[in-house]
Amino acid sequence: MTGYSRRAVVRALAAGTALAVTIAGAPVLAAEDTMTIGYAIAKTGPNATGAGITTLPNYQLWVSQVNEAGGLTMPDGSRRKIEVIEYDDRSSNEDLVRAIERLATQDKVDLILPPWGTGPNLAIAPLMHRFGYPQLAVTSVTDKAPEFARRWERSFWMLGGGHDYAEGLASVLKVARDAGTINGKVAMVSVADGFGIDLVNGARPAFQEAGLEIAYDKSYPLGTSDFAAILNEAKASGADSFVAFSYPPGSFGMTKTAQSIGYNPKVFYIGVGGAFPIFPKIAGDKQQVVMSIGGVNAGSEAIQAYFKQHAGSAGAPPDSWASAITYASLQMLEQAVGRVGLDHGKLAAELSNGTFETILGETKLEDNQLRDLWWVGQWQGGAFKGVYPSDKTGASEVVIPKPEW
Amino acid sequence: MVGRPCGNAAVRAFASGPRPLGVPMPNTQAKRDPIMTIIILGLVLGGTYALLALGLTIQYGIARIMNLAYGEMTLVAAFVLVFVFRLTGLPPLVSILLVAPAAYGVGWLLYTVMMRPLVARAGTQGKLEVDSILATFGLLFVIQGLLLLVFGSDFTSVSFLEQGVEILGVSVAVNRLVALAICAAAGGGLAIVLARTRWGLVMRAAALTPASAPLVGIDVNRVARQAFALGTALAAVGGTSVAMYQTFSATDGVVFTMKALVIVIMGGVGNVAGALVAGFGLGLIETFVATVIDPGLTLAATFALFLAVLLWRPEGLFGRRA
Amino acid sequence: MIALAASIAALVALAAVPLFLTDYGLGLMIGMAGYVTLASAWALFSGQTRYISLATVAFYGIGAYTVAVLNETIAYPLVLACAGLVGAGLALVVGLSTLRLSGIYFVIFTFGLAELVRQLITWYEVNVTGTLGRYIFLDITAREIYWQLLALGTFTIGLTAWILRHRLGLALKVIGDDETVAAHAGIDLARTKLIAFTLSATIITLCGAISSPRWTYVEPIIVFNPNVSFLAVIMALLGGANRLWGPAAGAVPLFLLFEWLSVNFPDTYPIILGLMFIAVVFLLPDGVLGGLARLRQRGKAAA
Repeated sequence: MTGYSRRAVVRALAAGTALAVTIAGAPVLAAEDTMTIGYAIAKTGPNATGAGITTLPNYQLWVSQVNEAGGLTMPDGSRRKIEVIEYDDRSSNEDLVRAIERLATQDKVDLILPPWGTGPNLAIAPLMHRFGYPQLAVTSVTDKAPEFARRWERSFWMLGGGHDYAEGLASVLKVARDAGTINGKVAMVSVADGFGIDLVNGARPAFQEAGLEIAYDKSYPLGTSDFAAILNEAKASGADSFVAFSYPPGSFGMTKTAQSIGYNPKVFYIGVGGAFPIFPKIAGDKQQVVMSIGGVNAGSEAIQAYFKQHAGSAGAPPDSWASAITYASLQMLEQAVGRVGLDHGKLAAELSNGTFETILGETKLEDNQLRDLWWVGQWQGGAFKGVYPSDKTGASEVVIPKPEW
Repeated sequence: MVGRPCGNAAVRAFASGPRPLGVPMPNTQAKRDPIMTIIILGLVLGGTYALLALGLTIQYGIARIMNLAYGEMTLVAAFVLVFVFRLTGLPPLVSILLVAPAAYGVGWLLYTVMMRPLVARAGTQGKLEVDSILATFGLLFVIQGLLLLVFGSDFTSVSFLEQGVEILGVSVAVNRLVALAICAAAGGGLAIVLARTRWGLVMRAAALTPASAPLVGIDVNRVARQAFALGTALAAVGGTSVAMYQTFSATDGVVFTMKALVIVIMGGVGNVAGALVAGFGLGLIETFVATVIDPGLTLAATFALFLAVLLWRPEGLFGRRA
Repeated sequence: MIALAASIAALVALAAVPLFLTDYGLGLMIGMAGYVTLASAWALFSGQTRYISLATVAFYGIGAYTVAVLNETIAYPLVLACAGLVGAGLALVVGLSTLRLSGIYFVIFTFGLAELVRQLITWYEVNVTGTLGRYIFLDITAREIYWQLLALGTFTIGLTAWILRHRLGLALKVIGDDETVAAHAGIDLARTKLIAFTLSATIITLCGAISSPRWTYVEPIIVFNPNVSFLAVIMALLGGANRLWGPAAGAVPLFLLFEWLSVNFPDTYPIILGLMFIAVVFLLPDGVLGGLARLRQRGKAAA
């Protein structure tokens, strides 16, 4: 398991006033054969759920695998075990920023892994830039990724932007409309936070361009737990495609409500949460052909092996969107360290230019962004499979219409 | 013909045009009966709100404890229900009958160990309010921490009676109706007992004039303990019914507390009938706003209405003037 | 005189501290300065009058949001001035509610108000500006943030000290003891309460504005985090809300405790924190300063 022995040192240091802490906080030299990796992540508060599903289990899985294998391989072939320093940011960006400062200037960790979520990743980006650490921002969907990658040149944005997902969905719907499977009218709802609005802003022009008619278009506040009224309106709108750019637990609430009021659109698409392993349970095993963000190449042996390992380590399979990418980002880090060592500048250059063998297949970043992603996925059998881009290796055929719940 | 039949031509024509913000959507008029939809969905939603608030209004109104950990208590019951359901397959409705008395015991114990000393040392209601807010704020963290430790941070839910039924042309999930029935039974029963029985009279007396209640032979301490325990039991009943229809996670407690608090204050502290009316009213208004105006404004409407009520009648819609 | 000289020396020392600290040490100082300011500003009104306000985050968030909206269009000092004005304007409106509400009703009202503000800003951004989430790219270093917060905190405590010695402070105290008596004594309730509330809220707004460049990215859910309101109340109550140094005496240890727990017990920290909290309520019923005063008295009695 992960080595936490450094905690004892950290603990001893922490016990004083600020001044005492800082004076005593001279760099603690790690033993020769170990290296330190730090991260601050939400273990309590509203972000704890997302972090606990997508990010943390992958960190733990990867660290334990690396340490079981004898540690991270350095360019000279030696191996160094990973010691982890972990802080709880309590879902507060203020605390998160301070924790990163602590990791960088007090603990002087060798590498810092990113927090969960778009806002937290943006909050730490200037600091990571200043301290020179590479930042593999995975759980961060933003249309401004190209701009951020230029602004903070050691930052890497690996989950695309809102318009990517919206345009992917528009293409899928367009094909179905052209084939006469759906009537081309879409009822669309979005959660009123940065993520939902990014997606819906991408979707409006994309749908229009695809010749789809938006029959219902409303956003609802974060924290809404009752969707009966919204779904009744969507049902009455005449659209036979339902699209929700939503967050859990809203995504789940909508699914349950759609089932109970007998709302059976031909396309049922929900946002984050649709790819979670818990979704079939939420849908009462009626998850078939529900669409959502992300997906995996379910036929890939690497992915299957990863699902098994994740289930063994975390007690549950990973989600089928950002989990695999999180794990792949760690594999990239591991391979980059093996090639160039722990120097942050060299490491960032290698991450930016190198080609890596990960569970996603051959992985290479373009302008510090991962672009080879699944934009639309669909439940087929017991797996949430990537269906768009349809020419991507391992893409499954889209199934429309959805049978009744 | 591809696609489902549309409502009528008017829907088609209107729906494609741009719609000004904040204006009622034209197609609501074209539907069979939007008013009935709003009423039924609103009542169902309101029922779940009112049920959540019952325990808090008893705890705060009669036991005089402002319990910030109230939502966490409902969550514990929700988790217990799911845990028991998964482990033994015991039907949720049976679990409620077991969870409620257990929660009464827990509440009784909590009051005796934790709240009673605070009540005993606090000279004034103001001091007790501050102390109980601080102490239950700590309790909130303890319970949330334990829940995270035991159940993890993942979402939890059970599938129970999720199929819909048609009521006057509106489809509603059966589990919501069950929650509504529980709310009606618990709330109605409580209101009658408080109004008609001697025990209820004692409760009301202790709530109204805690200082003079002892003069007529009322053991205020006992009454408060009973009320706190009863409130905890009601919180648990509320939590178990939430678990039947909603996905939840260990960090959701604060949301429940705040929703309940809004209803309690609107209905008048300690006023069971008031809480029922406020809960149903809130459900109706949220549904109305979501249907006719804009779903984006539902929570804003809730709070705006709540603030207006507070300013207009600070003691709550049905509260007694202090 | 000696007290004044000592205060100035302490202030100079505090201002010089960042020159000797690591970034993390500075982060801690910023956190403490921020919370001392928040808790002291909160107590400026609530500590004396006993109107417990949970609207802290409404003002704090508005400060941060004003910076997010304006940071690319006008100069930083002007941004701060705008934030202060917006905060003061809202405070006047909210302050009026204190003329009608008291006790728990005021508590809940202010909490609802914070939520309402968040919902309305969200709705406005989504439906009118069509975006949600704004960026703050200001060239302000952590040190500068610290110095600004230190100055604001010093101003707050100085202002409180001044108010407590003058008519306004006396009037606030009387209101806190018994509002009816205050009215009979000829105190202009509305004016007194409004002035104090507006001062307090404006400082809180500025505190949010100054802190916001640390977050880079701002969204309503991030800046209107209700925990800020709860923390301000709890820190002030813990230290003793009606004493000049009470809020600071609550904020510093509590902040360090939070930090220490999250570093050392990331998994069980909420449980330990909760238990400590309960323990403090039982062991220090009058706040930290009250507890110290009692100890001192006991010491004197023994001697």
